[in-house]
Amino acid sequence: MRLTLLNVIVAVVIAIAFAAVNAAYLVWAERRGAARIQRRPGPNINGPFGLLQPPLDGIKLMAKQLTIPGGADRILFIIAPILAMFPAITSFVTIPFSDTIVAKNMNVGVLMIFAFASLGSMSLLIAGFSSRNKYSMMSSVRAVSQAVAYEIPMLITAITVVLITGSPDLMEIVRQQSPSILHWNIFPLLGNSHNILMPFAFLIFFVCTLAETNRAPFDLGEAESELVAGFHTEYGSMGFGLFFMGEYANIVIGSCMTTILFLGGWSCPFGLFPGVWWFILKLYLLIATFIWIRWTFPRTTIYGLLNLSWKILIPLSLANLLLTAGLIKVF
Amino acid sequence: MNPSTLASPGLFTVEGLVGVVFLTMAAITLIGGMIACNSDRLVRSLSGLVICFVGVAGLYFLLNSPFVSMMQILIYVGAITVTISFAIMLAAPEEKRKIGPPSLFSGPLGFIAAALIAGGFATLAVRTEWTVHEKINDGSMKVIGLQLLTDHSMVFELVSVVLLVAILGALVIARQGREQ
Repeated sequence: MRLTLLNVIVAVVIAIAFAAVNAAYLVWAERRGAARIQRRPGPNINGPFGLLQPPLDGIKLMAKQLTIPGGADRILFIIAPILAMFPAITSFVTIPFSDTIVAKNMNVGVLMIFAFASLGSMSLLIAGFSSRNKYSMMSSVRAVSQAVAYEIPMLITAITVVLITGSPDLMEIVRQQSPSILHWNIFPLLGNSHNILMPFAFLIFFVCTLAETNRAPFDLGEAESELVAGFHTEYGSMGFGLFFMGEYANIVIGSCMTTILFLGGWSCPFGLFPGVWWFILKLYLLIATFIWIRWTFPRTTIYGLLNLSWKILIPLSLANLLLTAGLIKVF
Repeated sequence: MNPSTLASPGLFTVEGLVGVVFLTMAAITLIGGMIACNSDRLVRSLSGLVICFVGVAGLYFLLNSPFVSMMQILIYVGAITVTISFAIMLAAPEEKRKIGPPSLFSGPLGFIAAALIAGGFATLAVRTEWTVHEKINDGSMKVIGLQLLTDHSMVFELVSVVLLVAILGALVIARQGREQ
């Protein structure tokens, strides 16, 4: 694909629009889903099924005054919410939604997504530090230790998939899984690797995605019963809005990566009509699981969270990497 | 890249745009470094360091090496600065400002050292005969991995020895603290 100026502008506009629309309407989906699980109606007044709620919320947030607490670090306080949204939108550039719908495929696609995902924890850190609030500070300490703990097993499982494929190119990873459901990396009976532990790798990756996006049961960073609202306690108006949208954009990115690495991307389970619709279907099923998990499981403790990563997930993912390498050598 | 050839082509030719991108990235790197050195709050210094690393990653990307550029962001921004932030949290969680007058080393002596290093590199860059290579390989993960484990395996092993020494050093320091 030739990289003309028009292509770049169109791709960037579509990426931003996709991220923003998803972020806005996933809030609606989350509230409706939560309401359904808790047996109450949820937002249903504005528009059909309450569909006008997200734009109205956005207008309300934009109309509010942006207050900066006294003693806060003004520059960093303003930069932090921008930094929360920026890596997610950048990552959309390289995600292949189908074999033709991709803004700019890179031969180091996996690396690029994880590199920009690692910027996300910086925004929580800066937000917590610049707020001059002890709850925010504790939240950013938690967020950083959590990000360090869960990035390692996540990267190791991603490397396992790269090892199976032999390429960090996201399109190549999907192409090798495309013949049928038996080639998918979640349970690869056919294909390069015959590793029966891959379902566990999928589970590890999914748990790490939950933790990296600060979702319940791992939302220790904004545990409202202990830390008010964590790193965004001092944020009002659209500063809070950006953090909120950034969280949902990160969920979309995490689900996209799970779809691509383990669930065969845009390919169909039976080899029929591969295309963007399969990708979208898998993506939103995963997001629905995210919402379902949030309203089903209680929050863990910080010690439970760190122990889970360092004592269980990292050894398991390393063992899986070794087993996969051995199996690739044998077959 | 020689600065005198950089100014000569027009702005909207390929070379001109490459020059603009190069200068932007160099400026980002330098500004990040200045913030990191001159800020009186540790968190701002850390943010400056992040800006500096992102600028360097941009330079790598411009030099047609996306792998190294992404590793730069992943390791330096994602891992190293996060580890430094741990150190800041353990040392000065109340975000203390720098107090006291600057020492002699941070003033004139530091400036002289910086000038010497910068001058040396500039002289090296200008005096060296730069030969323009064709693209050697595609800079992909596979090629880099093969090179590291065949031609440059010695360097690769030595780097792991350095890491081992660092880990042992950290353990020794931690042990001493525990016995006190």
